[in-house]
Amino acid sequence: MNPDDALMPRLPIGEWIDAGIDWLKANVSWLFDLFSTVMDFLIGGLTDLLLLAPALVMVVVFALIAFVFRSWKLSLATLIGFAIVISMEQWETMMQTMALVLVATGFAVVIAVPLGILAAVSSTVSAIVKPVMDFMQTMPAFVYLIPAVTFFSIGVVPGVFSTIIFALPPGVRMTELGIRQVDAETVEAGEAFGATRGQILRGIQLPLAVPTIMAGVNQVIMLSLSMAVVAGMVGADGLGKEVVQAISTQNLPLGVEAGLAVVVLAVFLDRLTAAIGNPSGYPTSLIALIRKSLSRRGTDHAAAA
Amino acid sequence: MPPVISAEGLYKVFGRRPERGVRELRSGRSREDLRAQGLTAAVIDASFSVDPGEIFVVMGLSGSGKSTLIRMVNGLLPATDGEIRIGEEVLSRMSPAQVRDVRRRRISMVFQNFALLPHRTVGENAAYGLEISGMNRSDREKKAKEALGMVGLKGWDGYRPSALSGGMKQRVGLARALAAGTDVMLMDEAFSALDPLIRRDMQDQLVDLQQRLDKTILFITHDLNEAMRLGDRIAMMRDGRIEQIGSSEEILNEPANDYVAKFIQDVDRTRVLVAGAVMEQPRETLGIGQGPRTAHKLLRETQNSWLVVLERDRTPAGVIWQDDVAEAVRLGQDEMPWSDVHDMAVVSHDTPVAELFGKSAQHDAPLVVVDDEGRFAGVIPRVTLLTALGVIGEAESSSPAVDPPPGPVGPSTPGDAAQDAPTADDRRGGDAR
Repeated sequence: MNPDDALMPRLPIGEWIDAGIDWLKANVSWLFDLFSTVMDFLIGGLTDLLLLAPALVMVVVFALIAFVFRSWKLSLATLIGFAIVISMEQWETMMQTMALVLVATGFAVVIAVPLGILAAVSSTVSAIVKPVMDFMQTMPAFVYLIPAVTFFSIGVVPGVFSTIIFALPPGVRMTELGIRQVDAETVEAGEAFGATRGQILRGIQLPLAVPTIMAGVNQVIMLSLSMAVVAGMVGADGLGKEVVQAISTQNLPLGVEAGLAVVVLAVFLDRLTAAIGNPSGYPTSLIALIRKSLSRRGTDHAAAA
Repeated sequence: MPPVISAEGLYKVFGRRPERGVRELRSGRSREDLRAQGLTAAVIDASFSVDPGEIFVVMGLSGSGKSTLIRMVNGLLPATDGEIRIGEEVLSRMSPAQVRDVRRRRISMVFQNFALLPHRTVGENAAYGLEISGMNRSDREKKAKEALGMVGLKGWDGYRPSALSGGMKQRVGLARALAAGTDVMLMDEAFSALDPLIRRDMQDQLVDLQQRLDKTILFITHDLNEAMRLGDRIAMMRDGRIEQIGSSEEILNEPANDYVAKFIQDVDRTRVLVAGAVMEQPRETLGIGQGPRTAHKLLRETQNSWLVVLERDRTPAGVIWQDDVAEAVRLGQDEMPWSDVHDMAVVSHDTPVAELFGKSAQHDAPLVVVDDEGRFAGVIPRVTLLTALGVIGEAESSSPAVDPPPGPVGPSTPGDAAQDAPTADDRRGGDAR
């Protein structure tokens, strides 16, 4: 027995939370059911879509996307990496994981960006949001899985739920940071010409914060991916499930192959979203090449005239 | 005409409960006393007014409160105490919507670091103020193009600001303020971030635009030479207080206190002093209709080696020289014996003295000064110019005595007459007729 027990009463925080969760389950189960239905539909639909075309065709599509937004180098790496995943027979699971990541990211961004804007505009909101975000990010990710399973039973839905919670904070933080770090004089210029707060937000702060916000989105995707693997523990289909299975059966070959597929997917998503967030940093992307040739034609035209 | 901007007893104190700071300042506490309480007094009891069509310069070092002051004029910073009037209206009594309306229609602003929107083209930047006030696209694009043309950026409207040099960026900033069509422009250290050559250029352009468009300009700077070049009137600011308000000559010649006097020590007076202030009247001038013989007589009387010849409308026709005149008289010629060696250097009366040296060095003849209508006003022989420079040098230790023009100069010049010389108009009939 610990001698301190006499001095410090046992606070049953865990039980309180448990009671709260039970109450939620008893009273707002319709909300969880709705969430379940929507998520099942979205992730299932997206997975089906990604697996609709033959794997090799999809590889070419992804390689093209890589070229459009970044460079032929990423395009080539995608081609090779994804081909290896196909030969490791992890294509289907990788597409399932990708669907989960994309849906979770989509929801996280839809929540995070407006919240970040609010936090940037109001110091009060910021003061409340900050510790909540700290809490969400530092709480061990596995813990989210427990209530998630209570709410949604096992499957992909508790996975996407905890993924959204875990991946949300950098989106909020980077949005707030991006808006707050917009040059004060530029904002002042907006004010000096009589712009309203809304006009300044839409016309000056948000556009100038886009690179930082996109860096946040990139972070959200990376965190989603790491969480999506953990989500395999509660039965979400995909690479995570393969990894969990490999652990429980001490199957090293399977573990390595599934892990490699995660790496390939991570690199692809990271490089792609980084390029989307900062188009000017990638002059050899197809978009940049097309734009350049258009503007050259434009100046030629102007010179001729 | 009533002033466009008038400020009465303005205070700006930063910190918690700033009104307390104002009360303490009024009861005689110093800025340092306030700082000990965690309050920063940025502007203390400032009063001034800016007249329509005037360039009013607020000059002070960093931390003197000038940037705070300019931001109070358009309400970016609310005054802690005191009143700002824009025309007839009191700024602090307006609703936020009314303040925005004043900013859209009456007061535009140019910023030290340009504050352009990097994600918009130059044209869209120039049109920003009009976009905010709700003008439709085609109209505002047209106005933005006009404004860009005025500042010399015709054809640049499709580019991004990042493609432009610093000077060009600030031209866009200027065009944005011009396009807004306001009668007042606030310029916050607008040229301070530019290198000296470009800065001179922009200053000239600003003066030119101001004269053409009749804008009222409140200009903030820490550069005294810039203040002197631009300002119709200058307010000298130190530690939040306005120490003196006056024209550049008033401030140079009658500094209100030691601080201002010390400050203006380093002013390059040759840039402030103009030709009209150092020129002198020659004893005699020659009418164009008069011949070499009269010229000969006048030259003998004045003991000069040259004589200025005037047209009938008193614009200068040229300068004739002793030897040429003597030669013409000997040969019995009747035409004016123009020199084929020396030509005449004519300068306007408002040319800064600094710009006279080059011309003076190139010509043996004295510089001929003309007034705004191009009529003869006086001459500046080389020695006079050098003497004026000497007086400026002395003035640096003992501040008065830049104006009136320097007195007696060397014996070989007609300078003795400088003080009591009759004015050009008085002498009209007396040209040795």
